[in-house]
Amino acid sequence: MVRLIDENGLRIDGRRPDQLRPIKMEAGVLEKSDGSAYIEVGGTRIYAAVFGPREVHPKHLELPDRAVLNCRYHMASFSVDERKPLGMTRREIELSKVLREALETVVFLEEFPRMMIDVFVEVVQADGGTRTAGITAASLALADAGIPMADMVAATAVGKVDGVIVLDINEAEDKYGQADMPVAMAPRLGSIVLLQLNGMMTTEEIEKGLDMAGNAIKHIQQLQIEALRRRYHIEAGGEEV
Amino acid sequence: MSYTAIGERGYAAKITRNRIYELLREGRRIDGREPLEYRRITVKTGVVEKADGSAIVSLGSTKILTGVKVEVGSPYPDRPNEGVFTVNAELLPLASKSFEAGPPDERAVELSRVVDRCLRESHAIDLESLAIVKGEKVYMIYIDCYVLDYDGNYFDTSVLSAVAALMSGSLPKYRVADGKVEKVEGERIPIPLKTIPVSVTIGLIKDMLLVDPIPIEENVVDTSIIAGYTSDSVVAALQKNTPGFMPVDLLKKALEIGKLKSQELRGKLLESLGHALEKQ
Repeated sequence: MVRLIDENGLRIDGRRPDQLRPIKMEAGVLEKSDGSAYIEVGGTRIYAAVFGPREVHPKHLELPDRAVLNCRYHMASFSVDERKPLGMTRREIELSKVLREALETVVFLEEFPRMMIDVFVEVVQADGGTRTAGITAASLALADAGIPMADMVAATAVGKVDGVIVLDINEAEDKYGQADMPVAMAPRLGSIVLLQLNGMMTTEEIEKGLDMAGNAIKHIQQLQIEALRRRYHIEAGGEEV
Repeated sequence: MSYTAIGERGYAAKITRNRIYELLREGRRIDGREPLEYRRITVKTGVVEKADGSAIVSLGSTKILTGVKVEVGSPYPDRPNEGVFTVNAELLPLASKSFEAGPPDERAVELSRVVDRCLRESHAIDLESLAIVKGEKVYMIYIDCYVLDYDGNYFDTSVLSAVAALMSGSLPKYRVADGKVEKVEGERIPIPLKTIPVSVTIGLIKDMLLVDPIPIEENVVDTSIIAGYTSDSVVAALQKNTPGFMPVDLLKKALEIGKLKSQELRGKLLESLGHALEKQ
């Protein structure tokens, strides 16, 4: 049995229970897309790109009253310890769906009837928390593409390891821990847009985890805003982003 | 997915949504139920003799058939002393106008994975007792859910159906003789279960919550969530399965409602299952 919390209450990578891993973000990293972003959360590394609003393809999928939002979450074959087979796994199909639904919630799709917005998330290295880092990068890429949104979605996962509720679980904690709960929120609206749970938690533990995640997500959104400021050279404290 | 009925989009949907919301405020539903009332559960077991366990569970007129098949195979290298199970779910084209033949679409993949999550994360099946020869031969349990008739809430119905099939099913007995695994003809053992997972689907319209939505409600809710509970009322699985905002305080309320409803649902399942097993 792997011990995940030491006698000082610190985690396997030396973090406190409520501490995030180091996060790096950059907007506008890919030339040909309409908006893009790169994120690192611990060892997790992800690119996200947005195309559109553009014409719907295939045409019969277009909607008269709003844009269609597509999302593809995909992991590179070499992103995990054991080579992932090419093509979409069932996990990737499910995550593409929940990511799309989370983003659909904030994007003003009704502003672009009969159009399509494509969001691509490519995980190049997975070290836990890929769906949450992926959605954080995707909404940064949407902002970079100038697509109007009610809020910029940010995300992290909380988990339970050795009976302790911890923030931003890494790969080892996901594998050997008791629970993994990814949460994405629209922080300024105080609402959840993505929520899943794998593993056992009482309702009280879930409430504690949500509060922990809520605070962290506010901080992650600040990092997104800073990344946009760096990209567009707006002085901090200057114009509203 | 491509099929859209009148009332599912645009102004017709808005009118339906307002009506459903007004009714909820009065403590009522469009089909006459109360906001937190489930439809009637019926359970029939042993419906497919060639399966090692089978059940048809209905929730109102949603009807889902689950069959269990058991084989002997090799364990996963990282879990050498445990049996294996897999869950698959299919939205059959005979069940609804909105389901199409062909490879599973994202809804079917999500359904399979959520049912799997409810069973796996609650440790419902005692995998350690499914090893026949440790590290070499284990039971492999295939749980396949088929949606036969779709009138909303395929998540909760599938979990109930899978649990009913497992509880009414059994495993062929094997013995090890001269290093070989051989079947003991005519003898069977129950499928070992440690808890009875039940999921509760909760929809949200503005500030009102409802459980067990029918399609007309599924089309107009702001968002919805599926919560899987163990027999001890611990949450083992969650899935927000629709776009939309879920305010944190309403989620907390939903999880408390889910806890009570899961206990009620489990009680009803066990009662119906008892009657079904008498007839089987």
